[in-house]
Amino acid sequence: MNGRRIGQRAAVAVLGCATLLTLAVVAFVIGFVLEKGLPQLSLEFLLSKPRNMGKEGGILPAIVGTLLLSSMAIAVALPLGVGTAVYLAEYTRESRFTRALRFGTDCLAGIPSIIFGLFGYIFFVTTLRMGWSLLAGALTLAIMVLPTLIRTSEEAIRSVPRSWREVSLSVGATRWETVLKVVLPSALPGIVTGVMLSFGRSIGETAAVIFTAGSSFRLPRGGFDSVRTMAVHFYILAREGISTEKAYGTAAALVLSVLAVNALTYGLMHRFIARRGR
Amino acid sequence: MKAPSDKAVERILLGVACTAILCLIAIAAFIFKEGLPFLAKVGPGNFLFSSDWRPDSGRYGILPMIASSLWVTLGALVLGAPLGMAGAVFLSEFSPPGAVKVVKPAIELLAGIPSVVFGFIGVTVLAPLIRRIAGGPGLSLLAASIVLGVMILPTVLSISIDALGAVPQGYREGALALGATRWQAVRMVVLKAARSGLLAGTILGMGRAIGETMAVIMVAGNTVKMPSSALDSGRTLTANIALEMGYATGMHRRALFATGIALFVVIMILNAFATASLKRRAGGRR
Repeated sequence: MNGRRIGQRAAVAVLGCATLLTLAVVAFVIGFVLEKGLPQLSLEFLLSKPRNMGKEGGILPAIVGTLLLSSMAIAVALPLGVGTAVYLAEYTRESRFTRALRFGTDCLAGIPSIIFGLFGYIFFVTTLRMGWSLLAGALTLAIMVLPTLIRTSEEAIRSVPRSWREVSLSVGATRWETVLKVVLPSALPGIVTGVMLSFGRSIGETAAVIFTAGSSFRLPRGGFDSVRTMAVHFYILAREGISTEKAYGTAAALVLSVLAVNALTYGLMHRFIARRGR
Repeated sequence: MKAPSDKAVERILLGVACTAILCLIAIAAFIFKEGLPFLAKVGPGNFLFSSDWRPDSGRYGILPMIASSLWVTLGALVLGAPLGMAGAVFLSEFSPPGAVKVVKPAIELLAGIPSVVFGFIGVTVLAPLIRRIAGGPGLSLLAASIVLGVMILPTVLSISIDALGAVPQGYREGALALGATRWQAVRMVVLKAARSGLLAGTILGMGRAIGETMAVIMVAGNTVKMPSSALDSGRTLTANIALEMGYATGMHRRALFATGIALFVVIMILNAFATASLKRRAGGRR
């Protein structure tokens, strides 16, 4: 009896230490970046253009590039993702076809970003002659975030109580009207969660973006201009040893935006779960 | 305005639903279209099993890259998978539900940190540390394994927590009623029941590690050489593509797409395994 208690104590202690170690790694990664980077952050850094290859000045074009690229990607992917989710959850039953769709979506989610980069380069940049551009980068990212949007939207739609649909249908609404006026509005927080997750992923993406959107310093004036995202800017600063201080500053801006997006997502998700539980 | 008929909407949505799979097919088609002629010309044997990579003199052997990719992936699994699973077991079996609500999202923050940031920390903190303690260049397969091990933690942890959560409560109660301690119940019953879910988490983590590019480029050192120790510098498949894509033309560029094919095939096989493993879990629950 005693041996078993000791075994249990030891196991819990080891597992607890492993969990603490993991948490310590999280704290270290975030703490390190913020400690080195926060002193570099200032309004001037965020709102001025880089000078001298990024050695001096700020990161305004990179912030604009990141925001434009991510929002365009989501603008393209969102209708496709929600449409797919509505089809899967409302218009069809489980069949070999839906299983194939799900398997395809899972595979797409597992493809490494460098493969997306290769594809975006050969298809959007070269074959469709978009060049290194905002458009080519956004379309590549849109394909990349599509699986996330499909999955989170489908989950959100499935969690809407069946009886709400039945009420809507029984007062004479068509299935599509029910989707538009009953199902989608109540699934909205879940869908927004997916949007935020996708946004976070596209903010941090580097490999797929560098080969499709390029790395121009200039503020873009149109969809066919090349842009440089914060992640790409940071990569170039760090890898080519241009400026460690500016690299830290950019990293802090990047990590802070990811943290903000995560916090928003978490808040939304909790609201969603709380409401579902009611 | 009259509402569109349900049949019409259904047809449009069916088309939309095919987008993801069409994208997948398009990606495969374009990568293979660029890479296959190269493979036919050089021969898959010469490509996969030669360790001579000198694109400027027409030598295209990717064996060192395959070896390095395997080293860092296995290294990441050895470091990351047990840690992730241990965390998952602790959080779902031995801690109050309130703790899970706080700790799980905290660890999942790691999934949101851009890979370039991990790479940079690897370069500035980890590599000098390895150089000082173990010698060697510092930028090494070991450094890459550690960085990747951290990067796959959130994947392994979340999927493992889901897998453990899916084990019916009755299994635990049954074991406890027979006089087992909580740890015995977990070790003998819960872990066994959650096996395929835990395996799926590991496989997906493996896919993430083998496909990671930017972090690995920054910390692995990128030397084209058959690795003989974890302290060696090495170049992975993904790094090979990303490093040379910027200036490659002609045959060289096609060789990089062929490298992409190798990567694509490995990932697809891993995905198929993960899906099968998760399905087995779902099947067992019914």
